[in-house]
Amino acid sequence: MAKQNLIALEEDDRIAAAAARLSMDRREFLQFCAALATTLGLPQGADAAVAEAVATKKRPSVIWLHFQECTGCTESILRAEHPTLEKLILDVISLDYHETLFAAAGHQVEAARRTAMAENKGQYILVVEGAIPTRDNGIYCKIGGKTAIELLTECAADAAAVIAIGSCASWGGMPSTDPNPTGARGVDKILGKPVVTIPGCPPNPYNFLSTVVHFLTFGKLPEVDHLGRPKFAYSRLIHENCERRAHFDAGRFAMEFGDEGHRKGHCLYKLGCKGPETYANCSVIMFGDAGAGTWPVACGHPCIGCTEQGVGFSKPIHTVAKLKNIEPSAFLPRISEEKGIGATLGSAAVLAAVAGAAAGAGAMAAKNLGLSHKAEEMEKAKREDSKATESTEV
Amino acid sequence: MTTRRDFLRGCLAGSAAAATAVLPETACARDTLQRPPEALGLLYDATLCVGCQACVAACKRVNENPAEFTTVDHLWDTPLDTSGHTFNLIKMYRHGTMATKDAEENGFSFMKTSCMHCADPSCVSACPVSAMTKNPLTGIVGYDPDACIGCRYCVAACPFGIPKYQYDSPTGKIGKCELCRHRHQDGHYSACAEVCPTGATLFGRTDDLLAEAKRRLSLKPGEWTTIPRGRLRHAGEKALAGGEDGKGEKHRHGWRDEPDQSYQAQLGNYLQHVYGETEYGGTQVLKLSAVNFQKVGLPDLPPKSSAATSETIQHTLYGGLVMPIVVLAGLTWVARRNVVPEADEEKGGQP
Repeated sequence: MAKQNLIALEEDDRIAAAAARLSMDRREFLQFCAALATTLGLPQGADAAVAEAVATKKRPSVIWLHFQECTGCTESILRAEHPTLEKLILDVISLDYHETLFAAAGHQVEAARRTAMAENKGQYILVVEGAIPTRDNGIYCKIGGKTAIELLTECAADAAAVIAIGSCASWGGMPSTDPNPTGARGVDKILGKPVVTIPGCPPNPYNFLSTVVHFLTFGKLPEVDHLGRPKFAYSRLIHENCERRAHFDAGRFAMEFGDEGHRKGHCLYKLGCKGPETYANCSVIMFGDAGAGTWPVACGHPCIGCTEQGVGFSKPIHTVAKLKNIEPSAFLPRISEEKGIGATLGSAAVLAAVAGAAAGAGAMAAKNLGLSHKAEEMEKAKREDSKATESTEV
Repeated sequence: MTTRRDFLRGCLAGSAAAATAVLPETACARDTLQRPPEALGLLYDATLCVGCQACVAACKRVNENPAEFTTVDHLWDTPLDTSGHTFNLIKMYRHGTMATKDAEENGFSFMKTSCMHCADPSCVSACPVSAMTKNPLTGIVGYDPDACIGCRYCVAACPFGIPKYQYDSPTGKIGKCELCRHRHQDGHYSACAEVCPTGATLFGRTDDLLAEAKRRLSLKPGEWTTIPRGRLRHAGEKALAGGEDGKGEKHRHGWRDEPDQSYQAQLGNYLQHVYGETEYGGTQVLKLSAVNFQKVGLPDLPPKSSAATSETIQHTLYGGLVMPIVVLAGLTWVARRNVVPEADEEKGGQP
């Protein structure tokens, strides 16, 4: 199709078919694709490409593994509403193995996994949820008689892309908290190569979905940072776009839960909010997909920094965060601020000319004053002379 | 006849007499005044400051000062320096790429600019009336606009350039930080310390603040330690029960009750000096910095205050009206030498 215009796609039959498949009307479907493209921070025209890809391309096969986790990431995705993500899991992608959602069990489901891996060799997406225990040869998590390490290495071998969803899979998360009895670690440490990570506890489902759709549309994963996090979602601190940021800048803080500042919605920094040291887009697209005003900070609880290794689950919740965005502000005055500019050559010349003119005018005026006085005196003398001559004549 | 030589000799004798009259007076030179024992002040730690300017905004709010615009869009309060309407300002030291905080080379550092509340303030010494006063208990350098005659001697006298005149008003006043003394009766302390998110500005008794500053200097840079925020409590302080002070609210030694705000933080790479400990006989506002104090706008001052020097000179010269008497005597002597009696003149005139 290669159309760059979303409106032109509205008449397209394939779009209509895809919309019907997702139980959405066409407009809703296109809006959804546009929203995904926006979340990804893609340029204009990409929305059409996304819609086209979702409508026409073969649904990518997804194998979803669960290790040391609480299934919160899956639950979060199941509760997404725009559209309901179970439709997306089943219709936008081909979910070929998922322990929570599969009706089948035992050998049947393991066979399904092997079949999907063989059929889509080198093309399927492997999604890992949960940390991998490494202590004592990884015996603390076994599925179908295989340890998490074995299962992960087996499934990752032929995968087109590996996505670690949630903080546990990304860097160990809660299971890796000190003293870490099972030796829980992130996916990248087991595979020994960087993977795309979507940290969060749970992460926003759209961050995951946008990553998958990016892969579907462009055939590659989105740009990531040094920790494998997609830049579209994790390049800014929560603090930077926080709705309570103005209160931080004005020094208005909640000091205790339920105090006046807390009731008025003031900044939660002094209650231990980790927004200033946590990279995530919760303050922009909220947490989960539970609707506006429902992310932790909006509810009145400080951010716990769940996406950030060394912050979430390791720093106590009410311990004050270290601000990561202390940057030299352009607004702050210098130590000694130059005020105005010195005299320029031109201004000095003008000033000198004015002063010279004034002095000249003064001198001339004084001279004239003398002259007029002299003239007056002469006139007077003349008049007196004439008077005198008149009187002598008389 | 008086020759020029005689005249000069007379002058020399006069000044020598004046000098001998002055010499014994120097023994009663005024010493640099010290902080009162209960002096209140602030401790500003530049390494903890994040440059959020919450203190600047809070200072404006509680002192009811208007915003000052220096940008064309007139959007933000952006004063370039303290003024008659800006008593507190965070300034920034800039060098090179400004890559590292609290680094002198290619770095940046914040510095709070507000009244230092000197132990021996020049502004109080210079004030010809009683508009600038130092409270004998709290040591707060306060300003009384009703007594002020608008001479602005305090503006010229301050080594930190703090008192500023409101030139924009025909009935201008002096504007300067008074440690929010107008809020003390409600149990509130300095607004800048009250709002500071990191404890970079801390309010308390200067003795306690100095001890806290020295504790920070004694620890290793990067070490984790407890940093108090808001108001530093005095060691012997206990909470007053509600109603004890007749205000119905729970206060601590007259201060409003607040939850303990101290937190764990890593210490900065301080210069081993507490600015304000000895400068000018000590100031009640103390400062810690990782960047040279002169580079962040704090002058290198001797432990002797200029108020002590100037008052010693003035009081010596005018003490017991010695100088006026000596000068008058000298002038009289010179005048008498130059007066020739009429009789002599007649004689001399017609030899």
